[in-house]
Amino acid sequence: MRPTSLLYPAGTDPSAPDAPSGAPVLHDLNLDQVFSTIKVGREEYELDPYFATPLRDVDSVRYRQEVARDLDRQDLREALAEFARTIRTVRKRLAQVEKLGYRYQQASWFLDAVDQYGGAVTRVVERLAAAQPGSRGVRSLLEQLSSYLGSAPFRSRADEAQQLKAGLAEVVYTLRLKGRRITVREFSETPDYSVQVLSTFQQFQRGASKDYRVKFDRVASMNHVEAEILELVANLFPELFRQLREFPGRHADFLDPTIRRLEREVQFYLAYREFLEKLRAAGLPFCYPEVTATSWEVFARATYDLGLAHKLTEDRSEVVTNDFQLEGPERIFVVSGPNQGGKTTFARTVGQLHYLARLGLPVPGEAARLHLCDEIFTHFEREERIENLRGKLQDELVRLHEILGRVTDRSLVIINESFTTTTLDDALFLGREILNQIIRSRALGVYVTFIDELSALGPATVSMVSTVAPDDPSRRTFKVVRRPADGKAYAIAIARKYGLTYEDIRGRSRP
Amino acid sequence: MKAYLLYRDRDADLQAPLPALADTAARDLELPTILDAMSQGDPFLREVAQRTLLTGLTSVDAVEYRQQILQDCLAQPSIVREVYRLATDALLGEKRVWRFYRPSPEMILSRGLEVLGLFVRHLHSLREVAASARGKLRSPGLTRFFSVLEAELSDDFFESADRHLAQLRFPDGILMSASLGEGLAGDRYVLRTSSQAKRGWAHRLLDRWRPSNSFEIGERDESGHRNLAELRDRGVNLVANAVAQSNDHVVSFFELVRAELGFYVGCLNLHEQLTRIGSPTCVPEVRSPAELQLRVRGLYEPCLALRLGQRTVSNDLSADGKRLVFVCGANQGGKSTFLRSVGLVHLMLQAGMFVPAESCTASLSRGVYTHFKREEDATMTHGKLEEELGRMHQIVAHIPPEGLLLCNESLSSTNEREGSEIARQILRALGEDRVRIVFVTFLYDLVHGFAQSPVDPSVLLLNAERLPDGRRTYRMVEGAPLPTSYGEDLYRKIFGAGGEAAAPEAPGGHPPGGPNVPAEGPTVPTSR
Repeated sequence: MRPTSLLYPAGTDPSAPDAPSGAPVLHDLNLDQVFSTIKVGREEYELDPYFATPLRDVDSVRYRQEVARDLDRQDLREALAEFARTIRTVRKRLAQVEKLGYRYQQASWFLDAVDQYGGAVTRVVERLAAAQPGSRGVRSLLEQLSSYLGSAPFRSRADEAQQLKAGLAEVVYTLRLKGRRITVREFSETPDYSVQVLSTFQQFQRGASKDYRVKFDRVASMNHVEAEILELVANLFPELFRQLREFPGRHADFLDPTIRRLEREVQFYLAYREFLEKLRAAGLPFCYPEVTATSWEVFARATYDLGLAHKLTEDRSEVVTNDFQLEGPERIFVVSGPNQGGKTTFARTVGQLHYLARLGLPVPGEAARLHLCDEIFTHFEREERIENLRGKLQDELVRLHEILGRVTDRSLVIINESFTTTTLDDALFLGREILNQIIRSRALGVYVTFIDELSALGPATVSMVSTVAPDDPSRRTFKVVRRPADGKAYAIAIARKYGLTYEDIRGRSRP
Repeated sequence: MKAYLLYRDRDADLQAPLPALADTAARDLELPTILDAMSQGDPFLREVAQRTLLTGLTSVDAVEYRQQILQDCLAQPSIVREVYRLATDALLGEKRVWRFYRPSPEMILSRGLEVLGLFVRHLHSLREVAASARGKLRSPGLTRFFSVLEAELSDDFFESADRHLAQLRFPDGILMSASLGEGLAGDRYVLRTSSQAKRGWAHRLLDRWRPSNSFEIGERDESGHRNLAELRDRGVNLVANAVAQSNDHVVSFFELVRAELGFYVGCLNLHEQLTRIGSPTCVPEVRSPAELQLRVRGLYEPCLALRLGQRTVSNDLSADGKRLVFVCGANQGGKSTFLRSVGLVHLMLQAGMFVPAESCTASLSRGVYTHFKREEDATMTHGKLEEELGRMHQIVAHIPPEGLLLCNESLSSTNEREGSEIARQILRALGEDRVRIVFVTFLYDLVHGFAQSPVDPSVLLLNAERLPDGRRTYRMVEGAPLPTSYGEDLYRKIFGAGGEAAAPEAPGGHPPGGPNVPAEGPTVPTSR
């Protein structure tokens, strides 16, 4: 078969994704957590490179969106998922064969693998054909699998495997153990002796105690005695075992490499889709964003932080959605307002949407238009480490300097609550300097700050404000809305919530 | 047999839960570096050191009991190391004795005898060390430990142990059907009554001429002999159990010795390393919590010293009678390092250790608690302020009177005015609870309130020193704080004189000394 890929349109090289990059960005956006959750149970597929390698052109994004839409259909999704599951079992079996020590055992494991493989290909072609896929990716896959299934080598191999299996299932023999000698004979029917033995030794039993009875693994642990026995059994059925012996040699490379790659690639969609399924069940919307490389007028409706939403739905809590929009010269959201109002979450959400869009995946929200960024930069606060003797503020400025040196007008820059290690005067000065540099770079940006004054630096900035419930200042709404910064924070109310006012502390009960 | 090396009257308990929030303090104070030095790659030493450091003593007497043992250890390191080595060897030896994945009783007995023999040999050596140590030790703890060893490990004991070991070595003396399962392994075994009797002599004769239908299991083929062994196994089951349980008892003794002595071996390790890099240590003079004393000369942060492999900047601290210490001043001025050194001195002091200083007189605290600035909360449901208030809430709920609280930039996740207000309330309430607090902070609004005369005599104000040319000395000097922490200096250093990454339309360079206001931007009000 010529190679087909579910992840990359023909002509791009699917076998060599770019070197993974942007790990700090994934961490800052909490996408590392999301992706870890997504990958659970699929560790062997090493999906990291896929999630860490954003696409660079709009057509590649559309190619994946098409495949993902096909996989939104239950019939197609289940067909491919089951196929991948079976191929995985086949691979496991083959890997096991390598580790087995005896020829007949190896041959029989190999035989089982071939049998399962044939069944899987047959079934997936039937199911895909019946479902009539719409995407370029899945259609091309179906075409290739069909011609593979019809090929003569494939057919004859499958028939041979089935006959052999039936023959082996019928074998029965008799074993005699005497002293150190073991004898194998044709089977002849005599009574079950273990029942008599058990009744004989019943008298030695002495109540409950630690159980020293040895248990045997039946799977793949044939010892040399069993192997020798099997050789003797083979003497009893010479023709059957000759066929078995010769089978693996004649079908050594039956597992097609293209199928192995498809097994891995389809995990990318299935894994993400399974993750979304839980959120969809909680009523959260997803959409295929319009992705553009030429417009900066991005928007999203009813969007939310994927990681937070995952956690909240697991806790059965409500997820608050937000909208955002940039028009004309606007490039940067400056997010201010009371703490615990969802500022950081909002910043992450914007970043997540743009990142996921670059992977060709559906994004949280009812509708969205997103810019296909060349790079996403994040600057979130890092925990202090003693290894870093440069000091926190210096470290922060060095990192910002590195980022700002690489930003282009197609980048997205997300900066969260910087300069809190210094004085208010310093933070004002530094915040204004940095924000002005982003404005001059013409990049898209989200700038989260405590400092209201930074929210109105010019036509490129849009002021977004986090809000709290008017009746209870310590209750968060997580709504971030477009309006001028209002300068109100609710720190004391929050302190009261945590029992940290003077009266609360003095009146507390002691452990 | 008791060791009583960590407590005058009880065993160390390695299973006891650590005090609340101790793991937080350990992390914030970079305790792992100390533990690395104490354990030298031995995970057990590390565990013991960690537990002992985090389970601080609260009585002067208990601390002095350990300090005396520690002095003995420092004077006679080889004795202590030898006993620790014996205990470790014995336990390691036990682990090395082959252990079947699924032992039969016979295997359990055989193994049990080998282990018991090994233990008896080590107990012999232990008695010899005890005899040789006679007269060389001064501390009540170690003196008692060694005399108990000599008394319990008597000739009678060894005689009966040897007798058991000899006796337990006992010097005086199927037909089934199967089919092929998965992977052709034999499956569905059914034991069958022998049909031998029914087979005629002709068949038997025929069998003898068909050798290719049978084979013999080799002499050393263990799996093949398993069935035969079963009867013997039943016979030795009870005695195997007894031997195994005896071994368990000896193991627990060696484990106790290893654990309690392990702490002092850890101290020796750390002491040797600090001495090698020329960093002084002293066994501190301990005072009760109520005396509120804290006088340290040549105090340094041992983790930093260990990491850099050299003696580092030290500070003198004179804080007798001080309940609240503020540390302010320049970024990179060594404030966090200083704060950690204060915390580590208290942890080490309370464990009965020496401390990283030239001399030290200090009151015990009733627990060291830390509230250090954290990375963004990875679980996301809390904003930063809520996250740190949540932690502060935990501390407030647990910290006892005369506890020590170390704050590193607490309440800096909101703006200065609000952070200061929350801090004032917490400090006032905890102060009235007789909690001692060392607070590294940029909340000048807060500190200035305390700096105004008349200054409360129980408050100490320290500043990270910054020379007129901008250099930091990493020393803390007494005095009221300055209002800025020099962020602008750093900005210019990193972003260049003009302060720009690269932008042709940038406004001109910023004059040094004051915040630059862009032409298009609003004027920014100052904080006060």
